[in-house]
Amino acid sequence: MTDYDVVVVGGGPAGLAAALSARRSGAGRVLVVERDCELGGILNQCVHNGFGLITFHEELTGPEYAARFEDAAQEAGVEFLLDATVLDVAADRSVTFVSARRGVRCVRAGAVVLAMGCRERPAGALALPGFRPAGVYTAGCAQRLANREGLLVGREVVILGSGDIGLIMARRLTLEGAHVACVAELMPYSSGLKRNVVQCLDDFGIPLLLSHTVTRVDGRRRVEAVEVSRVDEAGVPIPGTGQTYPCDTLLLSVGLLPENELSRSAGVALSPVTRGPIVDDSLMTSVPGVFACGNVLHVHDLVDYVSQEAERAGASAAAFAASGGSSAGMRLSVRAEGGVRYTVPQVIDVSRMPERLEVRLRVDGVYEHRVLVAHLGGRCVARRRRDILVPGEMEQIVLRREDLAGASPSDSLVICLEEA
Amino acid sequence: MAEKNAQILTCIRCPRGCQVSVAVDGDGQVLSVSGNLCARGDAYARAEVTNPVRTVTTTVPVKGGGAARVSVKTAREVPKGAVMDVMRALAGVTACAPVEIGDVVVPDIAGTGVDLVATSRA
Repeated sequence: MTDYDVVVVGGGPAGLAAALSARRSGAGRVLVVERDCELGGILNQCVHNGFGLITFHEELTGPEYAARFEDAAQEAGVEFLLDATVLDVAADRSVTFVSARRGVRCVRAGAVVLAMGCRERPAGALALPGFRPAGVYTAGCAQRLANREGLLVGREVVILGSGDIGLIMARRLTLEGAHVACVAELMPYSSGLKRNVVQCLDDFGIPLLLSHTVTRVDGRRRVEAVEVSRVDEAGVPIPGTGQTYPCDTLLLSVGLLPENELSRSAGVALSPVTRGPIVDDSLMTSVPGVFACGNVLHVHDLVDYVSQEAERAGASAAAFAASGGSSAGMRLSVRAEGGVRYTVPQVIDVSRMPERLEVRLRVDGVYEHRVLVAHLGGRCVARRRRDILVPGEMEQIVLRREDLAGASPSDSLVICLEEA
Repeated sequence: MAEKNAQILTCIRCPRGCQVSVAVDGDGQVLSVSGNLCARGDAYARAEVTNPVRTVTTTVPVKGGGAARVSVKTAREVPKGAVMDVMRALAGVTACAPVEIGDVVVPDIAGTGVDLVATSRA
């Protein structure tokens, strides 16, 4: 006997879209458990526009995009529990959570969707040389302070890392009257979207220093200056190239890490590359009836893709809750090779996969004029020409069920880049 | 004959980020646009070299609601040169709850002819 057909952990963009999709796919009772006091997750502080071009064919801000899914989910009869933190997801799909109002509760679910999102890589993970003065923030923390609390973190700013949040914050702080001296990026390319480099840096004449990193933080009580040095091809700072920027603030935009503590304790197998669950084409993890979507699965650059992925996870969860899960058919593992860093999903059930399956992936460097290719036992089953591929932008390749139909269990599906 | 001048832009109308080449004559007239994969890229490139525009997004304090700030945007794009004017015109502006998405917070912000509207509820 279950209390809910589907329980969704997290009420951000992935959780909202998954819950909505589960209801629309016929799940009776769907519950979203959210630890914050409101739904929408990180979108609430992403007040810039550029969201929803794929989903709604218009350019929305983060809060507007969240509100559309929130309203649709409310209307569809999704139940929400706010201010409640999930403590444990068990392999038998019982979910334990705690809230100040109701204490500790445990509910049994027909299926669980993991949608916990990700966290920013913190200062402590970087081994920055110097003391630990005030004035070092992750970009998302500065974004929350600026956009939700109305607090400006500093006046003279250096940003380390060219992740999208760092780029967005370079513009945001400039608009609020701060001066951003530069954005230093360790890699020889930006890890953010091109449009953000154009609109957030170029528009304001903020230099993007590729192949550079912070080699010293000056100041004991508050940041007084940072030294930025050029790095060699191995990413090692080159002595003598340091330039000192007097500043009061250092923002870090150096990567996002899927938040999988709950997944791990549930026994979900994680990928060392994505740091998210290993999933099949229905987005089911290694634990039957536990699904994953959004940034907890792999870090996305577009919320529209999160919504699409979550829609699939929600529908799969509803189907699992209704049938108790179909017996596994022929399962193919997907191998990422030759320039492809990872794929999601990593496993495909050929008998059950949709007619067209979108496989999302990221490449491991900047490539021009390549073909994304899928090989099955030496046979090419999909190819897609790409003029440019960059690590900061997620790619996809579509596999057709009919093309995979003849696969044998010993075959593996290889997705890689080839010369055009 | 007017001198030809080519500008390379990164189109930002979608995440694809096409590198668009715009040929402009000495009078600033667009002669040709190439490199774009869709019509939006053509329109973006032409506008970007003749009359660049931006949507301004920010937040303003809100009184009487649960939250400290409410997010806002210009209802349409404004000239790129007016972006900082919009920000300066917002100094001292406070919204009053209840605020619904789309509510006008400041009409005709900074003389742009464009309203500043709320993008969240408060």
